[in-house]
Amino acid sequence: MSGMQPGGPRTAAAWLLGLILLLMPAFAGDFVLFQIFGWAFILGMIALSLMFLAGYGGMVSLVQMSVAGCAAYMVAIFGDSAITQISLGWPWWITVPLAIAIATLFGTLAGALAVRTQGIYTIMITLAIASAFFYFTRQNYVVFNGFSGFNGVLPPPLFGVDWRQPVPFYYLALFFAALAYFLVLYVSRAPFGLALQGIRDNPRRMEALGFNVVMHRIAAYAFASAIAAVAGVLLVWLNAQVSPGTAGIGPVIDILIIAVVGGLGRPIGPFIGAIIYVLLRTFALDFLVSLGLSGERFQLLIGAGFLVIVFWSPDGVLGLWDRTRERIASRDRQRSPLYRAIRGQTGGPA
Amino acid sequence: MREAIAQRLSATGNASALELRGVSRYFGALSAIEDVTLTVGAGERRAVLGSNGAGKTTLFNCITGDHPPTSGTIRLFGEDITDFPPHERIRRGLRRTYQISLLFGGLAVIDNIYLACRGVARARYSMVRPRRDDAVMQAAFDLAHAVHLDDVEQTPVSELSHGQQRQLEIALALAGAPRLILFDEPAAGLSPTERRDLITILRTLPDHIGYIVIEHDMDVALQVSDQVTLMHNGRIFREGSPDEIESDPMVQEIYLGTGPDHG
Ligand SMILES: Nc1ncnc2c1ncn2[C@@H]1O[C@H](COP(=O)(O)OP(=O)(O)OP(=O)(O)O)[C@@H](O)[C@H]1O
Ligand SMILES: [Mg+2]
Repeated sequence: MSGMQPGGPRTAAAWLLGLILLLMPAFAGDFVLFQIFGWAFILGMIALSLMFLAGYGGMVSLVQMSVAGCAAYMVAIFGDSAITQISLGWPWWITVPLAIAIATLFGTLAGALAVRTQGIYTIMITLAIASAFFYFTRQNYVVFNGFSGFNGVLPPPLFGVDWRQPVPFYYLALFFAALAYFLVLYVSRAPFGLALQGIRDNPRRMEALGFNVVMHRIAAYAFASAIAAVAGVLLVWLNAQVSPGTAGIGPVIDILIIAVVGGLGRPIGPFIGAIIYVLLRTFALDFLVSLGLSGERFQLLIGAGFLVIVFWSPDGVLGLWDRTRERIASRDRQRSPLYRAIRGQTGGPA
Repeated sequence: MREAIAQRLSATGNASALELRGVSRYFGALSAIEDVTLTVGAGERRAVLGSNGAGKTTLFNCITGDHPPTSGTIRLFGEDITDFPPHERIRRGLRRTYQISLLFGGLAVIDNIYLACRGVARARYSMVRPRRDDAVMQAAFDLAHAVHLDDVEQTPVSELSHGQQRQLEIALALAGAPRLILFDEPAAGLSPTERRDLITILRTLPDHIGYIVIEHDMDVALQVSDQVTLMHNGRIFREGSPDEIESDPMVQEIYLGTGPDHG
């Protein structure tokens, strides 16, 4: 929480939330832990990597889901899966770092292509790369096993724990989601993140201050992609499989929806968006069926929800929340995200 | 006075700070500056005068690379920088201010200055938050003090007065170890007191720091410069000492508003 004042109600709320998340397995069932929270943490991390690029860097990248998908594939290809004629069966301590490195490299290269473009063109070029990744994985049978992809991809039984059991997986995903969250929060106020926000607001001046704007943007892609890559590893363990559909156009757009619905202003936004998305996705089906409608239409419900939120609050649920709070506190000064990012700790309506 | 100048020039070695050769810049069919050849010695202080649209700001944009020249070459301390991106020029000791303040409005004053200090230091990609006793952070506080902005260090830039914003523009250009600074109309819109402060700041810069200052106010220009360059219609048409320029009949004509219509 970037705007918490020591001892203030926000700090209390943050501690409470932390406590609830930590104790969740005591009162939540396996389905909630694994299918709702496990999945939401992972999607939240991927959306967080987009939030870092879009919120702090002003670059809307649609390639983050593909980066996660790439990491997922690499885990399956270098490690173990049911497709033994392709999977190399290397130990996890080679496979996982290698998968993250390759996916990060992929995201960085995509960034290098995208950073010289702006606005809609960045979206188009990253969407093009994401589509290319999707079609390539679907058509390539030698390495990516085409349409069916890989199943039977399981996490290593480290410390004698079966990490695919709901409780261990819940803590695994929570750990990395929290790590990514606090890392982004921390970096946003370090020179790297600060300069990125300066570049978002005023690239010309940043050049004139000695910053290499192009390189800095590419470095931002590398940083964001590393987060998405870690999420991709968790994703393949969650599903025990990866296929072209994992990073198909639908999921690619869903990440954008999650980030925008949650809010791009702060790192907590993507996680809010992710939990809303997962809840909708999980229960919209039952809801529709109970109304006598086809369950297939759940996408429609998500789309409608997206429309409503963007219509009411272009800066997502976070923005809605901030404005409500601001109205209550009758705050008059609207501060830029850059200001909030830096001054967050010493107060202000962050 | 003359002795001081000579001393300053000899203290900084032989390579000239800046050498422009046949520099032109076109915007479409419009030539903003044309065939400008200009040498500025190290540590030299030069004023550039000229009417609106004469191409003064464009000259600066060519030197910094904001708008690289269409043709011609630029050397900075002997090195050909014509094809360098702006940040590479800045890292070699070039600095500039903007005619219309280009600041980070939502950021506090000290954070603006911190970014400027960080930009010309190492560890621009550092993922470690600066502490209060961080050397670059200290440099930022010192700089805020030097331009009399210590009272408003924590104030967002958008809440500063025009004069304070101009001071901040100057602070950003003083970050690190500048060797040649381009000031684009630093006195515009300043009160008489602020103007005096500005003149003091310029005159008390360390000797090895040279600058070019664009200034409409002849009085200010002549007080802070060793050399004066006059521009008209994108070309240089007079160079000389302040005395020579002041007594030049052509100059007097322009400043009486009748200007030569060549070019
Ligand atoms: N980015 C640009 N695009 C198109 N034309 C430009 C651009 N920048 C400058 N010009 C044109 O180039 C010419 C010189 O402009 P410049 O800003 O260099 O003049 P100046 O001497 O700085 O004037 P002033 O005293 O008003 O600041 C003008 O005709 C201007 O319209
Ligand atoms: Mg100008």
